Amino acid sequence: MNLTRRTLLTSAAAAAALSVPRTAFAQGETIKVGVLHSLSGTMAISETTLKDTMLMLIEAQNAKGGLLGKQLEAVVVDPASDWPLFAEKARELLTVSEVDVIFGCWTSVSRKSVLPVIEELNGLLFYPVQYEGEESSKNVFYTGAAPNQQAIPAVDYYLEELGVTKFALLGTDYVYPRTTNNILEAYLIGKGIAKEDIFVNYTPFGHSDWSKIVGDVVALGADGKKVGVISTINGDANIGFYKELAAGGVTADTLPVVAFSVGEEELSGLDTTNLAGHLAAWNYFMSADTPENAAFIAAWKAFIKDDKRVTNDPMEAHYIGFNMWVNAVTAAGTTEVDAVSAAMIGQEFPNLTGGMAKMLPNHHLTKPVLIGEIRADGQFDIISQTDPVPGDAWTDYLPESAVLEADWAELKCGMYNTETSTCVQLKSNY
Amino acid sequence: MRLTALFVAALFWLAPSPSLAQEAAAIVAENRDQIEKPSRQTIGPVIAALAASGDTMADDILSAWADKRLVIRKADDALLIAGPDGDGFILRNLDGSEAGAAEKADLTELKPNAGVRGLIAAALVQFTLSDPDPMRRGAALTSIARDPQPETLDALRASIPSETDPALKTQKERLGRFLTLRFDPDPSARVAAIESLGADTSLDTRAALNPLVATTRIATAGEPAGNIARPLSLGRDLTQAEAYALLVAADLAPARLTLEEQRAVLVANIVNGAVGGIPVDELNTQAARDRAYTALEAAGTVPTAATDDEAKAALAAHRFFDAYVETDPSVTAAALAALTSIDRKVGLMQAADLGLDALSLAAIYFLAAIGLAITFGVMGVINMAHGEFITIGAYTGFVVQQLVPDYTLSILIALPLAFAVTFAAGVAMERLVIRHLYKRPLETLLATFGISIALQQILKNVFGTQARPLTAPGWLDGALEFNDVVSISYIRIAIFVLALLFLCFFLYLMKRTRLGLEVRAVTQNPAMAASMGINPDRINMLTFGLGSGIAGIAGVAIGLYAKVTSEMGADYIVQSFMTVVVGGVGNVWGTLAGATMIGSLQKVIEFLNPSNTLAAQTYMILFIILFIQFRPRGIIALRGRAAGD
Amino acid sequence: MATTSSVPKYPTGGAGGVKPPASYGNRSFFARNPSALIFIACLAVFTLVVTLASEAYGGGFLSTSFVKTLGKTLCLSLVALAMDLIWGYAGILSLGHMAFFALGGYMIGMWLMYARTEEIVVTALSQGGLPATPEEVTQGIANQIFGVVGSSDLPAIWSFAYSLPLQLSLALAVPGLLALVFGWLAFRSRVTGVYLSILTQAMTLALALYLFQNDSGLRGNNGLSGLQNLPGLGQTSQDLVSIWFFWASALALGLGYLTLAWVVSGKFGSVIRAIRDDEARVRFLGYPVEVYKLFLFTLTALIAALAGVLYYPQAGIINPAELAPIASIYLAVWVAIGGRGRLYGAVIGAAFVSLLSSLFTSGRLPDIRLGPLPLNWVDWWLVILGLAFVAVTLFAPKGIGGLFDRFLRIATPDRKGAPLGPDDGSLQEQEAQQ
Repeated sequence: MNLTRRTLLTSAAAAAALSVPRTAFAQGETIKVGVLHSLSGTMAISETTLKDTMLMLIEAQNAKGGLLGKQLEAVVVDPASDWPLFAEKARELLTVSEVDVIFGCWTSVSRKSVLPVIEELNGLLFYPVQYEGEESSKNVFYTGAAPNQQAIPAVDYYLEELGVTKFALLGTDYVYPRTTNNILEAYLIGKGIAKEDIFVNYTPFGHSDWSKIVGDVVALGADGKKVGVISTINGDANIGFYKELAAGGVTADTLPVVAFSVGEEELSGLDTTNLAGHLAAWNYFMSADTPENAAFIAAWKAFIKDDKRVTNDPMEAHYIGFNMWVNAVTAAGTTEVDAVSAAMIGQEFPNLTGGMAKMLPNHHLTKPVLIGEIRADGQFDIISQTDPVPGDAWTDYLPESAVLEADWAELKCGMYNTETSTCVQLKSNY
Repeated sequence: MRLTALFVAALFWLAPSPSLAQEAAAIVAENRDQIEKPSRQTIGPVIAALAASGDTMADDILSAWADKRLVIRKADDALLIAGPDGDGFILRNLDGSEAGAAEKADLTELKPNAGVRGLIAAALVQFTLSDPDPMRRGAALTSIARDPQPETLDALRASIPSETDPALKTQKERLGRFLTLRFDPDPSARVAAIESLGADTSLDTRAALNPLVATTRIATAGEPAGNIARPLSLGRDLTQAEAYALLVAADLAPARLTLEEQRAVLVANIVNGAVGGIPVDELNTQAARDRAYTALEAAGTVPTAATDDEAKAALAAHRFFDAYVETDPSVTAAALAALTSIDRKVGLMQAADLGLDALSLAAIYFLAAIGLAITFGVMGVINMAHGEFITIGAYTGFVVQQLVPDYTLSILIALPLAFAVTFAAGVAMERLVIRHLYKRPLETLLATFGISIALQQILKNVFGTQARPLTAPGWLDGALEFNDVVSISYIRIAIFVLALLFLCFFLYLMKRTRLGLEVRAVTQNPAMAASMGINPDRINMLTFGLGSGIAGIAGVAIGLYAKVTSEMGADYIVQSFMTVVVGGVGNVWGTLAGATMIGSLQKVIEFLNPSNTLAAQTYMILFIILFIQFRPRGIIALRGRAAGD
Repeated sequence: MATTSSVPKYPTGGAGGVKPPASYGNRSFFARNPSALIFIACLAVFTLVVTLASEAYGGGFLSTSFVKTLGKTLCLSLVALAMDLIWGYAGILSLGHMAFFALGGYMIGMWLMYARTEEIVVTALSQGGLPATPEEVTQGIANQIFGVVGSSDLPAIWSFAYSLPLQLSLALAVPGLLALVFGWLAFRSRVTGVYLSILTQAMTLALALYLFQNDSGLRGNNGLSGLQNLPGLGQTSQDLVSIWFFWASALALGLGYLTLAWVVSGKFGSVIRAIRDDEARVRFLGYPVEVYKLFLFTLTALIAALAGVLYYPQAGIINPAELAPIASIYLAVWVAIGGRGRLYGAVIGAAFVSLLSSLFTSGRLPDIRLGPLPLNWVDWWLVILGLAFVAVTLFAPKGIGGLFDRFLRIATPDRKGAPLGPDDGSLQEQEAQQ
């Protein structure tokens, strides 16, 4: 709460009143960074943390002397988990506040809402959350995981390390689980898993009555195959789900669950003693044992003034994205979007989990994939860490998108059909 | 699966050859890299070698490794076995000698993944199947049950006679039967094992039997070979496309040309702005493209693709079957017979389980709605902030748990406290707002909605947007399991009991107490009641407080089984109103009937469409809308004067 | 509890304005409704000022995003008008009218998405060497639109999406039919009062849940997006598009206001007010109450749908959250705050609350320090709104519109003979006080 207030002091000063857009501030004194995360509504639970992360990063950069000799200034707006409002606020940020870059969005639908505006006004957006792929915009840098950086390695882990031969894909009914599960289904069938051995279920947001679904999943084991659950269940609904798992005595040994949307933050609402051993796949875990991570956690706890706060994967994404942007601006010598975009490609920055993240021509990052087992204290034991995996905007496992490629360096196209050698469209799909 | 089989085979082949024996520590040193970053795919031989080494330390090393107690000392990079000792660790070398003590920070633990741990456990079976410690024997059995291998059958059988623990002995015999029916070379022994199981509905029995009747699809031109389960007919059992794909997969027919391929071929063969004599501009219909392709085929420039007729002929020339993977017909027949009787029982049990789920959901809806049944049903006040009272109750539970760490005690404090807090909130709301709006029901709706959004936001500002933990005491963990199909978690039973208690409490209060009498009097005719010496203001206040208080208790219960967020109450408000309206206003039995109907209906729809829970909720609400059209006064409609009009 | 479908237990004063005053025929529509003339004049001036201050046709004092906000506010005012008619005049508190609004948006959104995607697909395919077949175009469109949500088939409900006139007529037909069927079922079984409110709420909830499913064929939770990019006008700046839609919204609001003012000023208006004040009595007088209610319900649904058609191309995205029950409750809140039973009240309420809301959530306002407690507007705006709403309900049932009465020194509102309150409850209270 304290932070929200501090933010608003700065942003209130930064943003002009509704009808007088361009008079409040003399240009050129500061570099403005837009922060477009919901501070109210259902998504505030996740996005407020990212807003705070951005403020921390900006404060740290200013302490280092700013950028191009100017101070950075955060312009924080609240799109209130209302998807049309995301578009409106993005337009406001770009035309009224005239920010040089925007860090924001969490859900796919909010990104899709912002995309047309960003592309129309040639803005720059850093999107920090793992997502379903099938997109590459000239104006967006995706610092979260594409499906091949989270879902596919997790399934490989199931197939190779746990010998799972039957899959339950449980998800909340929205685009990320739907698309991810589609990709996984195609991938699994390609790996020789029969279609009958893939059970799919979609539940509403915030679902709480899990007894029947957990029962159904346990019953899948009746044909003697090893069952694994892949969960793309989002947000609060996980709490009821894991409570039901624990109550049903479902242990990770008999029926492992790997989650793509459950991190340290979500587990803080739960007693995890009965969940030890269940899995999550991310590009970052707070328990990663590196000096960079230790410094980041210390800085975060100091900034938020709460020793119990945890760090999570999207925070790392913003950390990498922000630092890459800073370096790209320095390299380009300007904050002008086209120059910065060009300088972004090929930028390298150390991950918090070790190794280097590299920005690819398709605007995705190379990142290592980590698989963690839940510990009793709500943290994760990292039991597998891959070499950095390059993010793939268009998945190779669905026939429609296997032929597509994104390359903003050579081809200058985010949706390039390699079969017909044509650029399907320059704007992205929304 | 095959991988494990190979590995276990290697294990048992290696086991009896002591000439290969090597010191465990040496094996570990040799394979240090693999042991530090093990993969189930490649670590097998190392574990097998360790297990077969004959070294007494091998057991210790493997157990320590599986328990994440194999550590690397950062100072000298030595691999050691760690044992907990207070905050730190006692260390041993791999040959068993003492290696001092260390703090956690000085060590890096090796964290083998669950798959590798499974392999280690399988390797340990030979040590532990006859281990003096019954715990370890039990662990060995769990490991065998998880991944049964043919090689373990003899070892398991050998260990049965010497087993002293009766429970373990039964378990071993049972497991022995499972292994026999899968792996015994003698078919009659397998059939006997299958028949000895009877109609046992447990999950592991079905898991053992089902693989025996697994089938694959085959396509054949002549008589089918193998153990055939059933012939398939085109159109009914499999579509034309699926059947043709089978033929293509079996190399019995050429693959068909896809539209994309056709297009690519046509583009590649554009000559002077035309393909096969047809101008490119005209190739904007499928028919024209087919003509162009046929022209190319005729000219011999492209290979001939299978036409529809050829595809049909190929399908007609072949027959399609489901064939058992298991080759012995007597085994499949026995397994099928056993499964048929099991499935019948399982079907009944699933119905029973569905019934339990429905009851439990009904109890939750009832609990959420009973407070509303008082405020809305009896008093006729539309309280849109009812959901927020549920939330307040849950947050009260959370706050109490922060202050009182003992979960049992904290719940015992939280329940009455939640009642007190929400009772007070309800009374305050009644006095300040609702009292003025008794004659304007629609405006009560709106005013209480205003209170609802204000309360929700206040809760969000105070407790933050993160979900807060509300943990059930240990004795409510787990589930009451009748068998592997029918089970229900204790927390749901507790909610059910709570709902029953409230039902009784409500009935007692309304029918047997002075307050209930006065409430009924005031709601039927306030003026008359007032003239009889009842203070309607006081009664209204108390009744409203009571309804709100019950919502608070419901909040604690709901928070225990699901989540505690500032929006949890809002999830229940529409459902609760519908429960009351569907059941019939003004009658607690109606609310009960409404909750039961909505709960069971939702479970039945979920059962019919298991992959989409959202659809179940949609159809349930649609049903309610229609139901109210035809029974506007609900299931149990009040008649006469009590109905109000 | 007392519902209006019963025999009244008390006498009401007078026949409740069922019979129009004799002077009706002699006065022109505007003379009888001076507020309509004033309103239209205000709207025209407002439109002119905004146009002259816009980036497209004027000084650029108003940013394009603010013009869009204003245009959307006009659409919201239009749907608030509809709400006022059904609730303020006829006493039916529908908590589902935003469903019709959103359905209209969905229908126009389908055309916008389809047509825009068609352009892209045809261009892309024409580069591939062969002219595209119709099947390829359809498949390409389906891939583009549904690839985002993990599917590649065009559902049957998109059959008419290729044509603007067809889809526009659907934009009115679908919500209209839904209202007609739902209203017929509900009014036929005499569901009234709060029961009807809960039922309409259930309707919008069911619809929202249905649309949330990916299988619904309208892209589930993602909804339809990129609606601000008009097909064929890809190169046109949003500065222009925003002002065009602003004009269209203003025109729709003006026409809507005139239509509704005309509807409520005649005999029809008297009958629906009579239904609000005592439904049973009107029925006994021989009026087909159900038909009146059904007509109103459908008419207001159509107006809401029209507002939706204009709103969503300005918002840019529509998704099922727009149909959530809370949206319709907010609609009632706007009307109540503006003042029920007067058309300009609804417009004022919708504009006032929604603009205020966007101001307070913008994070632009400085915090206020109340002693040690800093008051953060983003955090506390909803609390203030909620409590303000309670206050209005309790102390100012006439809403902001009541201020006009005070200003114009109208002691008793000119309500064409209707009793005081907007529903019979407040009438009873009034009587009890006397």
